[in-house]
Amino acid sequence: MQYDKILLGHGSGGKLSHQLIDELILPYFSNKTLKELNDAAVLDYSGQKMVFSTDSYVVDPIEFPGGDIGKIAVCGTVNDISMMGAKPLFLSVGFIIEEGLPLETLRRILASMHKAAEEAGIQIVTGDTKVVPNGAADKLFINTAGIGVPYTKNIPSGGRAEIGDQIIINGPIAEHGITVMASREGLAMDLALQTDSAPLNGLVEKIMTVSENIHVLRDPTRGGIATTLNEIARQSSVGIRIDENQVPIAPAVASACEILGLDPLYIANEGKMLVICSLDDTHRVLETMRAHKYGRESRIIGSVLKEPKNRVFLKTVIGGQRVIDMLTGEQLPRIC
Amino acid sequence: MKYLSEFRDERLARMFTERICERAAGLGQLTFMEVCGSHTMAIARYGIRRMLPENIELISGPGCPVCVTPNKYLDHAIALGRKPEIILSTFGDMLRVPGSTSSLEKERANGSDIRVVYSTMDAVEIARRHPDKLVVFLGVGFETTAPTIAASIVQAEQTGVSNYFVLCAHKTMPKPMEAIASGKKMPLDGFICPAHVSTIIGSRPYDFLAEKYGKYCVIAGFEPVDILESVDMLIAQAVAQIPKVEIQYSRVATVEGNPTALHLMADVFEVCDAQWRGIGDIPASGLRLKERYSRFDAAKQIAVEVEPTIEETGCICGEVMQGLAKPPECPLFGTVCTPESPVGACMVSSEGSCAASYKYEQVL
Repeated sequence: MQYDKILLGHGSGGKLSHQLIDELILPYFSNKTLKELNDAAVLDYSGQKMVFSTDSYVVDPIEFPGGDIGKIAVCGTVNDISMMGAKPLFLSVGFIIEEGLPLETLRRILASMHKAAEEAGIQIVTGDTKVVPNGAADKLFINTAGIGVPYTKNIPSGGRAEIGDQIIINGPIAEHGITVMASREGLAMDLALQTDSAPLNGLVEKIMTVSENIHVLRDPTRGGIATTLNEIARQSSVGIRIDENQVPIAPAVASACEILGLDPLYIANEGKMLVICSLDDTHRVLETMRAHKYGRESRIIGSVLKEPKNRVFLKTVIGGQRVIDMLTGEQLPRIC
Repeated sequence: MKYLSEFRDERLARMFTERICERAAGLGQLTFMEVCGSHTMAIARYGIRRMLPENIELISGPGCPVCVTPNKYLDHAIALGRKPEIILSTFGDMLRVPGSTSSLEKERANGSDIRVVYSTMDAVEIARRHPDKLVVFLGVGFETTAPTIAASIVQAEQTGVSNYFVLCAHKTMPKPMEAIASGKKMPLDGFICPAHVSTIIGSRPYDFLAEKYGKYCVIAGFEPVDILESVDMLIAQAVAQIPKVEIQYSRVATVEGNPTALHLMADVFEVCDAQWRGIGDIPASGLRLKERYSRFDAAKQIAVEVEPTIEETGCICGEVMQGLAKPPECPLFGTVCTPESPVGACMVSSEGSCAASYKYEQVL
């Protein structure tokens, strides 16, 4: 590790986060399951495969247009399990609450969690609450963990992208990150922005039933699609080509990115997924996605190539070409 | 997005690229410097360099405010931040720039109260909300940000906010361009002049670059089609062999500039000599607070001991910023110096030429 203290950049989801995990955390816990570094662990218990995942939420502000910390805490873990091609079943919830949080706020967040869990068709079956003195935490932090069972033996994984595969996204990018950021700047309402936070298990179930050739499923949260695609390119030792003109982005989000000087490719999503599947199945998968309410604006944004290995590159809107690297440093702290 | 998509239109971009290739075919090598960091970033981000013919070269200049801010200034800011009664507020770009032995990012991890703001008015607001603290804004940047800092000082004065200060290191634009134009170290044919700086100062301050030094000049917008059209206009000047200052960015920039902003700057600031990181001292290229506003001057009002300055070794940022070397020619580029652990400011700033080159122009 090149620093002797934790910097905010270590939580960005980009290069410093990877360094923290690879160099400091993994050596203590390394095992075959953890080493996969997917969104969730795939466990084999007496022949029964299970998927297990956990995530913590520290977003600031805790309520923002279209959602709140509770909704993303439920949807986030549901999605992490879904990205393994698995059906999420049960969640745990841990609350770390700052002294002084209005009960009414907590009530709204619990109601929103209830609604998200109901939509996702999962149950919250165990939990924990802790209260810390004023200033020891910021309002409310939530941890969720969940388990699920895979739909298929061919579990999608970041390391399974194959040359010729097509890359699909289920709708416009950067909505969550930019909504939270704009909320802090008091711009979200003016620009009519909304988080995209949504449980994607229903959509995943549909595509897993129409194709046996879904090679990779990933939700591009922190670090945005740029960072997630880089992870996939490295895990699969392939090149990835993205066509900037095909990447969907809502006009309001594009405007907010211009105002705040942010690159939408690096901004967090909470209801988006990247699907990488064989060329032959692409049409069928795309049509299935478009028929689902969280996939109406699905589009093919790129493809998997042999070269340049471990790299992502972009055909820019004006027809130029450039590399897309992982996020470096801190772009937006406490976005989820 | 309306009024933006036009400037990122693939068909228009192709039209300009084809015209550039046609016109440039009969010419020798032409080198143009994009002075402004935002141009550097746009050129890299949209892959413009690779779209131009081989005899047209774009090199990056000294127009990234973070990159030209000397170590000594950062050390001063860091020292101020270590005082418990001070809140530092800054634009986000400054956080990761290495000073002699630390950076604001590391200082924040060590407990300094450092807040990133998008507007100088937010810094005044922080001061208003924390009357028991001294709030110091890091006043860095060119004529683009100087008027907003002048406005924050006037606002603080008018609303009686007495705990707001600015640590001032403003720089002004045409002077370093003259330093580069008058140098004999490299053949330079023209400038892609800054966009936002020019919306403030207008086009006249650049006239001498065409008249005295024979440089072709076009004030360009930041969008990719703006830049391609500007390169096309520069080539047209080169074909006619008539150096002049033209405005491509006519939807915002004018010959006269922005009189309100200019008056505000003239009210609050006066011209001074300035130290440019990696380049050295350039006479009359900086701004400092006038005596009348000295009570807002953090350097004068808040006593602090600043550690001795250590200039970095081995990094060739200075040459990169003057267009004398390209980022990959630096022995530290991409190995010792990366965006995660930058040695020079050009690698830290999101508008630095090394960061742009590392992030977007790695060989595929």
